[in-house]
Amino acid sequence: MWYPNKTLLAWLLVLVAGATSVRAEVKVGAPFPELAASFVGGTLPAREGRVVLIDFWATWCSPCKASFPFYNALQTELAPRGFTLIAVSVDEKAGPYEDFVKRFKPTFTTVRDGDQKLVSSVQPAAMPTCYLLDRHGVLRLVHSGFHGDADGRKLRAEIIKLLDEKP
Amino acid sequence: MKFSAIILPSLLLVCAVSGCSSAKLTRVQPWERATLADYTMRPDRDSLHTAMSEHIYFSREASSGGRGVGGSGCGCN
Repeated sequence: MWYPNKTLLAWLLVLVAGATSVRAEVKVGAPFPELAASFVGGTLPAREGRVVLIDFWATWCSPCKASFPFYNALQTELAPRGFTLIAVSVDEKAGPYEDFVKRFKPTFTTVRDGDQKLVSSVQPAAMPTCYLLDRHGVLRLVHSGFHGDADGRKLRAEIIKLLDEKP
Repeated sequence: MKFSAIILPSLLLVCAVSGCSSAKLTRVQPWERATLADYTMRPDRDSLHTAMSEHIYFSREASSGGRGVGGSGCGCN
Protein backbone atom coordinates (compact mmCIF):
# COMPACT_ATOMS: atom_id res chain seq x y z
CA MET A 1 0.00 0.00 0.00
CA TRP A 2 1.27 3.47 -0.95
CA TYR A 3 1.19 6.25 1.64
CA PRO A 4 1.95 9.91 0.88
CA ASN A 5 5.16 11.13 2.51
CA LYS A 6 5.71 14.45 4.29
CA THR A 7 6.76 16.31 1.15
CA LEU A 8 3.58 15.37 -0.64
CA LEU A 9 1.45 16.28 2.35
CA ALA A 10 3.15 19.67 2.55
CA TRP A 11 2.41 20.24 -1.16
CA LEU A 12 -1.20 19.32 -0.56
CA LEU A 13 -1.54 21.76 2.33
CA VAL A 14 -0.04 24.59 0.27
CA LEU A 15 -2.41 23.87 -2.59
CA VAL A 16 -5.48 23.70 -0.39
CA ALA A 17 -4.50 27.00 1.26
CA GLY A 18 -4.00 28.58 -2.16
CA ALA A 19 -7.34 27.33 -3.38
CA THR A 20 -9.19 29.04 -0.55
CA SER A 21 -10.70 32.22 -1.88
CA VAL A 22 -10.01 35.43 0.02
CA ARG A 23 -12.91 37.89 0.20
CA ALA A 24 -12.05 41.47 -0.59
CA GLU A 25 -14.79 42.86 1.64
CA VAL A 26 -14.47 46.47 2.80
CA LYS A 27 -13.06 46.39 6.33
CA VAL A 28 -13.46 48.66 9.36
CA GLY A 29 -11.06 51.60 9.14
CA ALA A 30 -10.83 51.39 5.35
CA PRO A 31 -12.29 54.06 3.07
CA PHE A 32 -15.76 53.28 1.73
CA PRO A 33 -16.21 53.34 -2.07
CA GLU A 34 -17.59 56.61 -3.41
CA LEU A 35 -21.38 56.41 -3.67
CA ALA A 36 -21.96 59.18 -6.18
CA ALA A 37 -19.94 57.35 -8.84
CA SER A 38 -22.31 54.38 -8.66
CA PHE A 39 -25.60 56.25 -8.95
CA VAL A 40 -25.18 58.70 -11.79
CA GLY A 41 -28.30 60.82 -11.92
CA GLY A 42 -29.54 59.51 -8.58
CA THR A 43 -30.23 61.80 -5.65
CA LEU A 44 -28.09 61.20 -2.58
CA PRO A 45 -28.46 63.17 0.65
CA ALA A 46 -25.67 65.36 2.03
CA ARG A 47 -23.28 63.25 4.07
CA GLU A 48 -20.61 65.72 5.15
CA GLY A 49 -20.29 65.85 8.93
CA ARG A 50 -23.07 63.28 9.44
CA VAL A 51 -23.07 59.73 10.75
CA VAL A 52 -24.10 57.59 7.79
CA LEU A 53 -25.48 54.07 7.71
CA ILE A 54 -25.30 52.41 4.30
CA ASP A 55 -27.47 49.31 4.15
CA PHE A 56 -27.31 46.78 1.33
CA TRP A 57 -30.61 44.96 0.92
CA ALA A 58 -32.75 43.11 -1.63
CA THR A 59 -36.47 42.58 -2.15
CA TRP A 60 -35.98 38.80 -2.11
CA CYS A 61 -34.32 38.85 1.31
CA SER A 62 -36.68 38.29 4.25
CA PRO A 63 -34.49 39.84 6.99
CA CYS A 64 -34.22 42.95 4.82
CA LYS A 65 -38.02 43.28 4.90
CA ALA A 66 -37.94 42.94 8.68
CA SER A 67 -35.34 45.70 8.96
CA PHE A 68 -37.31 48.41 7.14
CA PRO A 69 -39.79 49.33 9.90
CA PHE A 70 -36.87 49.56 12.33
CA TYR A 71 -34.89 51.76 9.94
CA ASN A 72 -37.91 54.02 9.44
CA ALA A 73 -38.12 54.58 13.19
CA LEU A 74 -34.35 55.03 13.48
CA GLN A 75 -34.27 57.66 10.73
CA THR A 76 -37.17 59.57 12.27
CA GLU A 77 -35.57 59.52 15.71
CA LEU A 78 -31.94 60.26 14.90
CA ALA A 79 -31.94 62.34 11.70
CA PRO A 80 -32.24 65.62 13.65
CA ARG A 81 -29.06 64.68 15.54
CA GLY A 82 -27.04 64.24 12.34
CA PHE A 83 -27.82 60.70 11.21
CA THR A 84 -28.39 59.71 7.60
CA LEU A 85 -29.49 56.33 6.34
CA ILE A 86 -28.97 55.26 2.74
CA ALA A 87 -30.45 51.92 1.69
CA VAL A 88 -28.88 50.44 -1.42
CA SER A 89 -30.96 47.80 -3.13
CA VAL A 90 -29.02 45.19 -5.09
CA ASP A 91 -32.07 44.21 -7.15
CA GLU A 92 -31.29 43.95 -10.83
CA LYS A 93 -34.96 44.36 -11.80
CA ALA A 94 -36.66 47.71 -11.22
CA GLY A 95 -40.21 46.32 -10.83
CA PRO A 96 -39.81 44.41 -7.53
CA TYR A 97 -37.76 47.29 -6.12
CA GLU A 98 -40.42 49.89 -6.94
CA ASP A 99 -43.20 47.69 -5.53
CA PHE A 100 -41.22 47.19 -2.32
CA VAL A 101 -40.58 50.92 -1.86
CA LYS A 102 -44.27 51.68 -2.46
CA ARG A 103 -45.26 49.07 0.11
CA PHE A 104 -42.81 49.92 2.89
CA LYS A 105 -42.67 53.70 2.29
CA PRO A 106 -39.16 54.30 3.66
CA THR A 107 -38.55 57.67 5.30
CA PHE A 108 -34.87 57.41 4.34
CA THR A 109 -33.08 57.49 0.99
CA THR A 110 -33.26 54.34 -1.09
CA VAL A 111 -31.31 53.82 -4.30
CA ARG A 112 -30.96 50.82 -6.58
CA ASP A 113 -27.58 49.44 -7.54
CA GLY A 114 -29.09 47.86 -10.64
CA ASP A 115 -25.84 46.88 -12.33
CA GLN A 116 -24.46 45.76 -8.93
CA LYS A 117 -21.37 47.87 -9.46
CA LEU A 118 -21.19 49.26 -5.92
CA VAL A 119 -22.05 46.01 -4.14
CA SER A 120 -19.40 44.19 -6.17
CA SER A 121 -16.77 46.63 -4.97
CA VAL A 122 -17.95 46.45 -1.34
CA GLN A 123 -18.51 42.66 -1.31
CA PRO A 124 -20.83 42.25 1.70
CA ALA A 125 -20.75 38.80 3.28
CA ALA A 126 -24.55 38.42 3.46
CA MET A 127 -27.84 40.15 2.80
CA PRO A 128 -28.52 42.50 4.49
CA THR A 129 -25.21 44.05 5.51
CA CYS A 130 -24.88 47.60 6.78
CA TYR A 131 -21.83 49.85 7.00
CA LEU A 132 -21.66 52.59 9.61
CA LEU A 133 -19.50 55.61 8.80
CA ASP A 134 -18.61 58.27 11.35
CA ARG A 135 -18.81 62.03 10.79
CA HIS A 136 -15.44 61.94 9.01
CA GLY A 137 -16.52 59.23 6.58
CA VAL A 138 -14.43 56.52 8.25
CA LEU A 139 -15.98 53.05 8.33
CA ARG A 140 -16.52 52.15 11.98
CA LEU A 141 -18.84 49.14 11.95
CA VAL A 142 -19.89 46.35 9.59
CA HIS A 143 -23.00 44.43 10.56
CA SER A 144 -24.38 41.45 8.65
CA GLY A 145 -27.92 40.15 8.94
CA PHE A 146 -30.90 41.47 10.84
CA HIS A 147 -32.29 39.38 13.69
CA GLY A 148 -34.95 41.71 15.01
CA ASP A 149 -34.86 43.74 18.21
CA ALA A 150 -31.46 42.52 19.41
CA ASP A 151 -29.72 43.73 16.25
CA GLY A 152 -31.79 46.90 16.27
CA ARG A 153 -30.69 47.78 19.80
CA LYS A 154 -27.05 47.07 18.96
CA LEU A 155 -27.11 49.23 15.84
CA ARG A 156 -28.91 52.07 17.60
CA ALA A 157 -26.35 52.06 20.43
CA GLU A 158 -23.44 52.17 17.96
CA ILE A 159 -25.02 55.03 16.01
CA ILE A 160 -25.70 57.05 19.17
CA LYS A 161 -22.10 56.46 20.27
CA LEU A 162 -20.85 57.97 17.00
CA LEU A 163 -23.35 60.84 17.18
CA ASP A 164 -22.06 61.66 20.67
CA GLU A 165 -18.47 61.86 19.47
CA LYS A 166 -17.16 65.40 19.03
CA PRO A 167 -17.03 66.46 15.36
CA MET B 1 12.96 6.98 -8.71
CA LYS B 2 12.68 10.18 -6.68
CA PHE B 3 11.27 12.16 -9.63
CA SER B 4 8.57 9.64 -10.36
CA ALA B 5 7.66 9.07 -6.71
CA ILE B 6 7.47 12.64 -5.39
CA ILE B 7 7.88 15.39 -7.95
CA LEU B 8 5.73 13.94 -10.70
CA PRO B 9 2.68 13.35 -8.46
CA SER B 10 3.20 16.80 -6.97
CA LEU B 11 3.20 18.40 -10.40
CA LEU B 12 0.09 16.52 -11.37
CA LEU B 13 -1.56 17.64 -8.17
CA VAL B 14 -0.60 21.27 -8.87
CA CYS B 15 -2.15 21.02 -12.33
CA ALA B 16 -5.30 19.43 -10.95
CA VAL B 17 -5.92 21.71 -7.97
CA SER B 18 -4.58 25.04 -9.25
CA GLY B 19 -7.83 25.56 -11.14
CA CYS B 20 -9.64 25.85 -7.81
CA SER B 21 -7.83 29.09 -6.99
CA SER B 22 -8.76 30.76 -10.26
CA ALA B 23 -10.60 34.03 -9.83
CA LYS B 24 -12.51 33.22 -13.02
CA LEU B 25 -14.46 30.44 -11.32
CA THR B 26 -18.12 31.29 -10.96
CA ARG B 27 -19.09 31.86 -7.34
CA VAL B 28 -22.61 32.90 -6.45
CA GLN B 29 -22.22 35.98 -4.30
CA PRO B 30 -24.70 36.97 -1.56
CA TRP B 31 -26.13 39.75 -3.74
CA GLU B 32 -26.60 37.40 -6.72
CA ARG B 33 -29.04 35.03 -5.04
CA ALA B 34 -32.30 36.50 -6.29
CA THR B 35 -33.00 33.49 -8.48
CA LEU B 36 -32.08 31.02 -5.74
CA ALA B 37 -34.41 32.83 -3.34
CA ASP B 38 -37.32 32.65 -5.76
CA TYR B 39 -40.45 30.81 -4.66
CA THR B 40 -40.12 28.33 -7.52
CA MET B 41 -36.80 27.15 -6.05
CA ARG B 42 -38.45 25.94 -2.85
CA PRO B 43 -38.61 22.14 -2.69
CA ASP B 44 -41.92 22.29 -0.76
CA ARG B 45 -43.69 24.78 -3.03
CA ASP B 46 -46.20 22.11 -4.19
CA SER B 47 -47.98 20.73 -1.12
CA LEU B 48 -49.60 17.86 -3.06
CA HIS B 49 -46.25 16.75 -4.43
CA THR B 50 -44.72 16.98 -0.96
CA ALA B 51 -47.53 14.85 0.51
CA MET B 52 -47.11 12.22 -2.22
CA SER B 53 -43.35 12.12 -1.73
CA GLU B 54 -43.81 11.75 2.00
CA HIS B 55 -46.26 8.90 1.45
CA ILE B 56 -43.90 7.08 -0.94
CA TYR B 57 -40.99 7.58 1.45
CA PHE B 58 -43.02 6.31 4.40
CA SER B 59 -44.24 3.28 2.45
CA ARG B 60 -40.73 2.39 1.37
CA GLU B 61 -38.70 3.25 4.45
CA ALA B 62 -41.32 2.91 7.23
CA SER B 63 -40.29 6.32 8.49
CA SER B 64 -41.39 9.86 7.87
CA GLY B 65 -40.42 13.43 8.59
CA GLY B 66 -36.93 14.84 8.87
CA ARG B 67 -37.31 16.88 5.71
CA GLY B 68 -37.57 20.32 7.20
CA VAL B 69 -34.80 22.74 6.43
CA GLY B 70 -35.03 26.34 7.54
CA GLY B 71 -34.80 29.20 5.07
CA SER B 72 -34.78 29.39 1.33
CA GLY B 73 -31.88 29.45 -1.06
CA CYS B 74 -31.05 33.10 -0.68
CA GLY B 75 -28.45 32.49 2.00
CA CYS B 76 -29.77 35.35 4.10
CA ASN B 77 -28.05 35.19 7.46
